[in-house]
Amino acid sequence: MDALVDLLQREARLSTSEIADRLGRSEEEVAGMMKKLEGSGALLGYHAVVDKDQFDYVPVSALIEVKLTPERDGGFDRMARRIAKFDQVTSCYLMSGGYDLAVLVEGPSLRDVAQFVSEKLSTLEGVLSTATHFQLKVYKQSGFLAADTHEDERLPVTP
Amino acid sequence: MRPLEERIADQVRQIPRSGIRDFFELVQGRDDVISLGVGEPDFAAPWHIREAAIFSLEKGSTSYTSNLGLHSLRDSISRYVTGQFGVTYDPASEILVTVGVSEALDLVCRAFLNPGDEVIYHEPCYVSYSPSIALAYGVGVPVRTRVEDEFVLRAKDVEEKVTDRTRILLLNFPTNPTGAVLPPDELEKIARVAIDHDLLVVSDEIYSELLYDGNGGMDRGEHVSIASLPGMKGRTILLHGFSKAFAMTGFRLGYSCAPHALTEAMMKIHQYSMLCAPIMSQNAAIEALENGAAEVERMRRAYARRRNLLLKRFHEIGIPCFSPGGAFYAFPDIRKFGLTSNDFALRLLEEESVAVVPGDAFGSAGEGCVRACYATAYDQLEVALDRIAAFVGRLQS
Repeated sequence: MDALVDLLQREARLSTSEIADRLGRSEEEVAGMMKKLEGSGALLGYHAVVDKDQFDYVPVSALIEVKLTPERDGGFDRMARRIAKFDQVTSCYLMSGGYDLAVLVEGPSLRDVAQFVSEKLSTLEGVLSTATHFQLKVYKQSGFLAADTHEDERLPVTP
Repeated sequence: MRPLEERIADQVRQIPRSGIRDFFELVQGRDDVISLGVGEPDFAAPWHIREAAIFSLEKGSTSYTSNLGLHSLRDSISRYVTGQFGVTYDPASEILVTVGVSEALDLVCRAFLNPGDEVIYHEPCYVSYSPSIALAYGVGVPVRTRVEDEFVLRAKDVEEKVTDRTRILLLNFPTNPTGAVLPPDELEKIARVAIDHDLLVVSDEIYSELLYDGNGGMDRGEHVSIASLPGMKGRTILLHGFSKAFAMTGFRLGYSCAPHALTEAMMKIHQYSMLCAPIMSQNAAIEALENGAAEVERMRRAYARRRNLLLKRFHEIGIPCFSPGGAFYAFPDIRKFGLTSNDFALRLLEEESVAVVPGDAFGSAGEGCVRACYATAYDQLEVALDRIAAFVGRLQS
């Protein structure tokens, strides 16, 4: 099963038969494994990893440090889930260290993101403070290096 | 003046041209070739290893090292070998860091052979075994392994070749070019032969991390080193290096593990010919051994996936090929197409621009097969296999 997850994390677009080729399994076996993974909630979804700098229209991304007041039952969970539900939020993590939540936000413009922070996020009861860091350039995301070209420099025939 | 050809020493002149080199020259001029003819990983060395090499240069580590190699590297090697092979060597006196396993093999031949002494090795095999033996004035005695037997070396075949001049038995499992591995019971029988006839065993285990066991090759399986068998450590020279599992071919770094007296003899030659292995490679190697396991496994799994594709497609195309248990080579049997290995490889290159290496480049026992290396990007491998299918289709029609 971990061989399948391993593969999907790099190449989620493969068909069942292509996965079967790589893992040395039958298509039926792979289909069964996929169904089990999806059903268990271990597989949240599939997406393309895009270097947005390559496009004319570049959305604005920001990392927002959020400090919260923990609640008596459940600590940060209720607030964190509530924040995570906003469409603008692409990722949301509980952190150790100087702040509580790392909230990754994406919006069409700087103003949209700023507005989300000032009007939605920081006005929530329980949010003590926010610090917004806008993303300037992507070097690596989701395990993929941006603008990475590795040429095969090997000699064509070697012992 | 005497003709220059006559000035070349006899034992050098007598070495035939490498079949690999002939083939290389044919492939080199073409730019549309997908090559399955390489003998190295397609991955660059993992970044953390390259970064360690850069750091060592930055801080000015550019000196000679101890002849044996950096002590800290030998410590790392000793720990790694204990974990990987289950045999422990003293880093102070039983480990020698060399410029690749190739240098170590040369040292072995020069250190332990008197003129006319015989070395038994199995064919098909790595191309440098026979010349290295000959250059040390030894006599190479090949033992055939067969495709029908999945290129397993049989102890009885070894024993038949033993004479009173036999000094060394040279093993390489997993094998380049076949990908063959030895079943543990056969390894034990071979060890018995070595003990009975008082032979040194030189075991080149450069591919020992790259094994493919159950679960479509995704399980790594366990490597058994002949050095770990009872009574064998004292007569075995274990050779290993960083080129294959760590994708560090260009770093040119290997090592030998052997009893002190043997290590000392090899060191005598190494100190005068090589002095020491390059220090930046040695520093990178420490990082590889201490922190490289996850990357090795990541690459092994990538090879396993490609191996699955290759074997499945060979089967569909109708090219007989046994399932190789290690390395990153398949050695399909092409006899049914009525061509020699060389003609098959030449025509495949000319007609479909796919390079494989003729099996006889690895000794006459390789005739009838070709070596296909699957350390090639998956999509390239798919195209190469389509082309091979088209080629074989024409041969059969």
